[in-house]
Amino acid sequence: MNTGDAKKPKLGVQAATKIYHTASGDLLALDRCSLDVSANEIVSIVGPSGCGKTTLLWSMSGLHSLTSGEIRLDGKAITGPHPDIGIVFQEANLLPWRNLDANIRFPFEIKGEKPDRAWIAHLLNRVGLDGFGGKFPRELSGGMQQRAAIVRALALKPSVLLMDEPFGALDSFTREEMNRLVEEIWLDTKTTIVFITHSIEEAIFLSDRVVVLSARPGRVAKEYRVPFPRPRSLEIMATKEVFDLTNRIKMDIVGERTRPKAPERPSAEIVRIRP
Amino acid sequence: MSDTIPEFSKSKSGAKSGDGHEVSLTNLSAFASGPGIKSGKEVAAILAVAVIIIGGIELALRLFHVPLYIMPPPSSIAYALFDEFPLIAPHLGYTLVELVSGFAIGAVIGLILAAVITQFPFAEKIVAPYILLLVTTPMLALVPLLILRFGFGYTPRIIAVALAAGPMVMINAATGFRRVDSAKIALARSYGASTLQIFWKIRAPMALPMILVGLMIGAIFGLLTAVGAEMVGGGFGLGNRLTTYSSMIQMPQFFAVVLILSTLGILIYVLFFLIGKKWASWEA
Repeated sequence: MNTGDAKKPKLGVQAATKIYHTASGDLLALDRCSLDVSANEIVSIVGPSGCGKTTLLWSMSGLHSLTSGEIRLDGKAITGPHPDIGIVFQEANLLPWRNLDANIRFPFEIKGEKPDRAWIAHLLNRVGLDGFGGKFPRELSGGMQQRAAIVRALALKPSVLLMDEPFGALDSFTREEMNRLVEEIWLDTKTTIVFITHSIEEAIFLSDRVVVLSARPGRVAKEYRVPFPRPRSLEIMATKEVFDLTNRIKMDIVGERTRPKAPERPSAEIVRIRP
Repeated sequence: MSDTIPEFSKSKSGAKSGDGHEVSLTNLSAFASGPGIKSGKEVAAILAVAVIIIGGIELALRLFHVPLYIMPPPSSIAYALFDEFPLIAPHLGYTLVELVSGFAIGAVIGLILAAVITQFPFAEKIVAPYILLLVTTPMLALVPLLILRFGFGYTPRIIAVALAAGPMVMINAATGFRRVDSAKIALARSYGASTLQIFWKIRAPMALPMILVGLMIGAIFGLLTAVGAEMVGGGFGLGNRLTTYSSMIQMPQFFAVVLILSTLGILIYVLFFLIGKKWASWEA
């Protein structure tokens, strides 16, 4: 398998650098981070906490501007939120004053478009939320809330779906269920997915490629291809290959976490950074 | 660009977005989470206690021959309320006119100011001390001045009510509008929402529970101020009835008016409670 290199990337991150200006000084969150995602690919991003995973994802979504570098979607640089990019946030991020139907209608309201009812009904059915449209978020379990958030993100038929630790707050059984659901949806829609997670198992189960980010400032430290055929079953998670891969990624992350904080970084143009 | 670091750690469970906020007197959930009445038994118990307390007062007052002008027994207050109501009713009307119009003016101005000022954090810092001054100054103190300027009609009272209610509405609404949830705003922005759309679809609904609290407190303060202003001068309104009846030592009638005022206050509370239950129950 040698996709990505041959084709033009669906979503390209080129030398993305992000500095946050905070009260306690500037914070270098991303340092010339580059990453290509091919069309129809699922890429997971893992890394030590605070390494800039979420920053990278928010930059890819156009919600954050980069200090330098650029994000390209289908070869065109994006400067702000793009209709072709859907986002699934941490903790579902449903609007608590709206019921499920109204939450899923929200993107259409903002865009002033008529909701595609047949497609929404199909999605709701796919994630098993038939008949829950009148419920409010607080009446639903965490898993159901996140399913609704996935429906909301897919309702506008984006070609790229960015998922920011979507299942971090769920228990492990619900999480496995949601992982299978994401794979099913992917098999159905072939949407390009960038998936941020703390769970290496989740990353391996879902992804064609797992990208390990370095400790802050974030840049790509390692990449692993996950060659297992789809649809994947939970059984593959018990194989030696997965076990070895999990351990290697784990050691990478541990290594990143314990590595002394970036004194050796040769970033000449960003010397004024005080962490 | 002044992006902030995305953070989601404020509330641990995504299921309840109401928790994590401070519980205070001015929090809707503080009064929305009161115990509800569950069974006929409870109703009976509540009524029984009320009968015992009121009956006990009645009995004690009669037993110890407490003079009418010190404290009239509940039965005579009830009789006065019934007997004198046709005479009191027009004054209730005057007070309501002052309350409703003054409150409406103050609330609208307070809401608009809160919505505008919270969009400009720097301006907010400059204006904040003056708002605090308006909130803490008893507007009753200005009534003699207002009467000098505007005479004994409705005008000074309506202005006083507006001055009392407006800042209360504003300070609470501003707290609501300041409650930014960066993830929800990011959600709206990810669909290309304009600043105005973010205001109407995210900020305003998020602020609604605090706005309702502000409206309720503002209305209660408005009632206080209306009655107080009526006591200062002018020949009409429930406050004027209070001074009139007490000067004539007609204590049962006096307490009948007090009872009407208490009922008004409770009605205001219940009104906003019900509105909150309908429109802001997602918070509680």
